[in-house]
Amino acid sequence: MVLSTGYWVTRTKNSLPNTHYPIPNTQKMSRIQQLFSEKKENILNIYFTAGFPKLDSTKEIILSLEEAGVDLVEVGMPYSDPLADGPTIQQSGQVALKNGMTLDLLFEQLEAVRNSSSIPLILMGYFNQVMQYGEQNFFTRCKNVGIDGLILPDLPVYEYETYYKTMIEEAGLDISFLITPQTSPERIKKIDELTSGFIYMVSNSSITGAKKGISDKQIAYFNRINKMNLSNPRLLGFGISNHETFSTACQYANGAIIGSAYINALNNTKDINRTTMEFVEMVKGQAIDAKIL
Amino acid sequence: MITIDNKGYYGEFGGAFIPEMLHPNVEELRQLYLEIMDDETFKKEFQQLLRDYVGRPSPLYLAERLSAHYNASIYLKREDLNHTGAHKINNTIGQILLAQRLGKKRIIAETGAGQHGVATATVCALKGIKCIVYMGEVDIKRQAPNVARMKMLGAEVRPARSGSKTLKDATNEAIRDWINNPEDTHYIIGSVVGPHPYPDMVARFQSVISEEMLWQLLDQTGKEDPDIIIACVGGGSNAAGAYYHYLNREQVRLIAVEAAGLGVESGESAATSVLGSKGIIHGSRTLLMQTPDGQIIEPYSISAGLDYPGIGPLHAHLIKSGRAEPVSITDKEALASAYFVSQKEGIIPALETAHAFSALEKIKYNSTDVIVINLSGRGDKDLETYIKHYDKFH
Repeated sequence: MVLSTGYWVTRTKNSLPNTHYPIPNTQKMSRIQQLFSEKKENILNIYFTAGFPKLDSTKEIILSLEEAGVDLVEVGMPYSDPLADGPTIQQSGQVALKNGMTLDLLFEQLEAVRNSSSIPLILMGYFNQVMQYGEQNFFTRCKNVGIDGLILPDLPVYEYETYYKTMIEEAGLDISFLITPQTSPERIKKIDELTSGFIYMVSNSSITGAKKGISDKQIAYFNRINKMNLSNPRLLGFGISNHETFSTACQYANGAIIGSAYINALNNTKDINRTTMEFVEMVKGQAIDAKIL
Repeated sequence: MITIDNKGYYGEFGGAFIPEMLHPNVEELRQLYLEIMDDETFKKEFQQLLRDYVGRPSPLYLAERLSAHYNASIYLKREDLNHTGAHKINNTIGQILLAQRLGKKRIIAETGAGQHGVATATVCALKGIKCIVYMGEVDIKRQAPNVARMKMLGAEVRPARSGSKTLKDATNEAIRDWINNPEDTHYIIGSVVGPHPYPDMVARFQSVISEEMLWQLLDQTGKEDPDIIIACVGGGSNAAGAYYHYLNREQVRLIAVEAAGLGVESGESAATSVLGSKGIIHGSRTLLMQTPDGQIIEPYSISAGLDYPGIGPLHAHLIKSGRAEPVSITDKEALASAYFVSQKEGIIPALETAHAFSALEKIKYNSTDVIVINLSGRGDKDLETYIKHYDKFH
């Protein structure tokens, strides 16, 4: 061991820049990175639970969101025990599971969507689902069907760094970590280092769909984060449900994520496309449109 | 060597798989729990309450008629004689003192059968701290006396209406409450489950059980070590307490008794070590009952304290490494033991503990063996079930 290490060190020192190894292609950006390089504000990310309201709603929902001008789509893998989510998302997950949604089926549906859509797709779910699928299998399958990024709220930073970072990077997937008002500055810096794509900024100490409106205390937190000059863009999530909260969020972050409010809109809908167009129009509102134009 | 590393792993089991929203609270606990528990004034207060309020040490009782029947020396560790009727209070006393030192003003807890809820409501009343207990809507209906006890003690019982509306969902709701109230609230988990440091912290508070066994056995048998320790395992807190000081004494056999419900293969069971596989539940990597897609399966047992779809990571490690021997006991076998023990020894055990007694019918032992059964709780709460099935067994 000692000999070979010494040999290696000497060789590297005396060598010219090493050309044996593939140089990472820093030019090629992921769909998510591409989006954030082109658009800096008013980014709208909408979450839906796969398999809700109907087992085969996935494609129609994604295409409708794209048509409505949404920038990113977060696809929720329905889970029996979604700890970070509130009742709306949990109930939609139960309906989806009852409808028969499985990971394999979801991957098939997403593969079919990719033939006709180029919108960045993020898969959101709980780490047990990934474990049972087999971590490596899961990441590879994600890449193969055209998933761009992951949000796994219960995958801790320590486990990610120790066991999964390399796998996820090699699969070419982006990963977003969450920060909250209680996250310490040191930890935020660490999370910024590990994140690729965007940081998921939890607007308040809460589960999804729990609180309405944005308070002065939250605004102080948003300003504090903005002053940190993080390298990743930030999307604000939790409590964003309409034009008012969306435009406030956009003043303090690159954009926002909406979940529960969209699930509520989809509940009992007879026309997914129309409901989606109306919902996105409601969220964006005239003010945002005018600003973009 | 059975140990836990500084990331909370027993071998490959444990860790802290929690959303970022919980990180500050769990990290605060992780950094402080050992320091607080080692503090002399903390220890003094804890031990004093265990003695004067709980009634410890709990007796170690040589059950002569049972011993004669089974042809071995059978000792019962009488956790059923504790205040509130079970081992659960050892942990809630410890955690309420810890919560006070962390400056927390509000306590939340989950409960299945209601034993941990009652033990939590009790210590909150003792310390004058606000208490909210999450309990599945289904369990609220089937455990009415314990709901009444919690109310009597001043706690608010909040129904968990999500999912299957039982213990697993009550735990989810408690975790969500903690996410929504990150600053003033401490979550008193009732078993050796959840993210690190909970499994280790709860095991340490419960370790008073085996600490007493060491000297009680020495007194009564001339040796600190029994040959066999038997305990029932739902999440596994009474077993963790009974095993704790014997974990690295390989000569002591550890028997972990799980609830087989209607039978391990019946589809209505809670025998996690047989039916479970590696996965994550409530923030811990352990064995749990799940579908191939990782959806958590609702378990079944007649005993509300054993129908948890996972087991604590310590037990997953003990079983997978061969240190502990799992035994599965059906509803019917447990009921038979409950009637038998009641009439042999004049002790009505909790349904959970009745499973531990049934293990005597399943395991091999010698007539010279000293066997300790952790009598984790008394059966008052189960009288309705016992009366309902009485005629079938007599």
